Amino acid sequence: MFSRAYRAVVTVPPLLWVTVFLLIPYALMFCYSFWMVSTSQTIVHSWSLANYRQLLTVDVYWQTLLRSMWIAARVMLFSLLLGYPLAYFLSFYAGAKKDLFYQLVIIPLWVSYLVRAYAWKTILGSDGVLNTLLQYVHLTKHPLEFLLYSPFAVVLTLTHIYTPFTFLPIYASLEHIPRNLVEASSDLGASPAQTFWRVIFPLSIPGVLAGATFAFVLSLGDFLAPLLLGGPSGIMISNIVVSLFGAAYNWPLGAAISLCMLVLVVSLLFVSERLEKKWSFS
Amino acid sequence: MLTREQPVAALEASATSSTLLDIHKIAKSFGKNVVLRGISLQVAEGEFLTILGESGSGKTTLLRIIAGFESATSGELWMGGERLDRLPPYKRRVNTVFQHYALFPHLTVEQNVGYGLRVAKHSASEIDAQVEQALARVKMTAYAKAKPSKISGGQQQRVALARALVKRPQLLLLDEPLSALDANLRRQMQLELKSLQREVGISFVFVTHDQDEAMVMSDRIALLRAGELEQVATPREIYSRPATSYAAQFIGHTNLLRADVRDGVVHCGSLFWTSQLPDGSALLSLRPENIEVAAPSSVPGNVRFRGKLRHKAFHGASELLQIECTDGLLFSVRTEARSDWQGELEFEFDPADAFPVRNSEAA
Repeated sequence: MFSRAYRAVVTVPPLLWVTVFLLIPYALMFCYSFWMVSTSQTIVHSWSLANYRQLLTVDVYWQTLLRSMWIAARVMLFSLLLGYPLAYFLSFYAGAKKDLFYQLVIIPLWVSYLVRAYAWKTILGSDGVLNTLLQYVHLTKHPLEFLLYSPFAVVLTLTHIYTPFTFLPIYASLEHIPRNLVEASSDLGASPAQTFWRVIFPLSIPGVLAGATFAFVLSLGDFLAPLLLGGPSGIMISNIVVSLFGAAYNWPLGAAISLCMLVLVVSLLFVSERLEKKWSFS
Repeated sequence: MLTREQPVAALEASATSSTLLDIHKIAKSFGKNVVLRGISLQVAEGEFLTILGESGSGKTTLLRIIAGFESATSGELWMGGERLDRLPPYKRRVNTVFQHYALFPHLTVEQNVGYGLRVAKHSASEIDAQVEQALARVKMTAYAKAKPSKISGGQQQRVALARALVKRPQLLLLDEPLSALDANLRRQMQLELKSLQREVGISFVFVTHDQDEAMVMSDRIALLRAGELEQVATPREIYSRPATSYAAQFIGHTNLLRADVRDGVVHCGSLFWTSQLPDGSALLSLRPENIEVAAPSSVPGNVRFRGKLRHKAFHGASELLQIECTDGLLFSVRTEARSDWQGELEFEFDPADAFPVRNSEAA
């Protein structure tokens, strides 16, 4: 068996890490969410549910939360619509070029998030690549304003950034489908479309669920894309949390919103995992 | 390459019953790797044909070409007056039982069996009736609602069979379907499969590397070696009159004797006997069970030889003796099992049982 020293070496650091960087901050955040900021801008350690009441009653908070969910839902949908066909093509039809295509999908993940977000800024801006092109070919007379500083820009950028995250689990689940099942389906008289909808798609559902969860959860918590490209109408809930912890100096309210987000995300992950289990058959 | 004469049994089979599938000069290469070299073979209606071969002989590739999962490099497939090889798999009236069954893991046993009918858009009541009948035929009614992962290998095998048969194919292809089962279940399934085939009257093309399995089940065996047909014949014929030394050795056990024929006399070591064979060198196959311990009164015409017992292997009802003659010839002899075989013994055989085979190695 392993010695005590060995066991201590392998178990203590991760436990410490989890405690110091996860459990304690969460506990602090939990406490903060019940505290208050006094009129003299100090945090008062008196317990109340006022922050949560504020979150539900002040329009800007719950509306931004809903908008964030709506943006995340659209990002999820578009990532699936882009990621699934790509993964399907790669897994079933790319043949010898499979690895090359796979690398091409992965490479953007090595590029900094900021660089990619700024790239969209130069593409979508009033003097950006897209508007210049549209005016050059006389499709539009004036720069299109809705392209940048809008929820549209946020959805577009987040879709671009998170599609590889949707692609990967879908690709993995498609790769796991035994090819003799596809042959068996064809052998039993199913057309390629029937084989896809009756065999391939149902067996790839765990990957779709994992990919959808990635896209939704990661977009929901995003704050850089709305900050850089969202403008006033594209603000998301994380931007509000950032400002509450920063300029507004209302840590208790920020903590309450964060905690709500945490509960939301954890329950989503829980449901998604249950569904994935229900749909896996290996 | 050797010129291959049409085996007698194949001629008989195609004369007495009509041909269902005509495999015509099918060849297949994967890049530079030639897997099949111009296979021509007919499958008769209601026939149980086994494609027997070692791994790498091309037997699975041939089956996959018939099913439509691979396309042949050259050659044609004809079934019922129609070019089969131009149709996609889902338009062929051919169904397959896969080596690892390939049951759909997300569907129940009854949904698996009904799959082929559902994609063909049969009515729900018809599907239910047919599925019930098919499951009853393979004795799997009790497991209708189970998922494939919850049933044993032998049961999955039965479901795979029912799933293929419910489509009422003209031809059923079976790709080593028994190889994953343990020995006892395997023997039982061999018999079940054979009686099921008689019952439904569909032609079966069965692929295996197991010669005993091929012998037990088949109406005819097509022996495949390195992408070429070595012999196509009934199990009885291929055993008693193998065309080549490979066939003789692969199916059963045999003594291959190198002999010279001069003026109607066969010379093999110090043994000789008269025969009708043409002059020249010959390769003769003599089955171990055709050699007997010499009787006191010699049978006229039999060849007798003496040899030392080198080794014996007990096989239950029989015993296989390794005999070395003074001139260095080695014989395998199958005798009744007795514990007192030892020392120098005398044997005899009927020279008619030592029949010539083509030398496969010379090919």
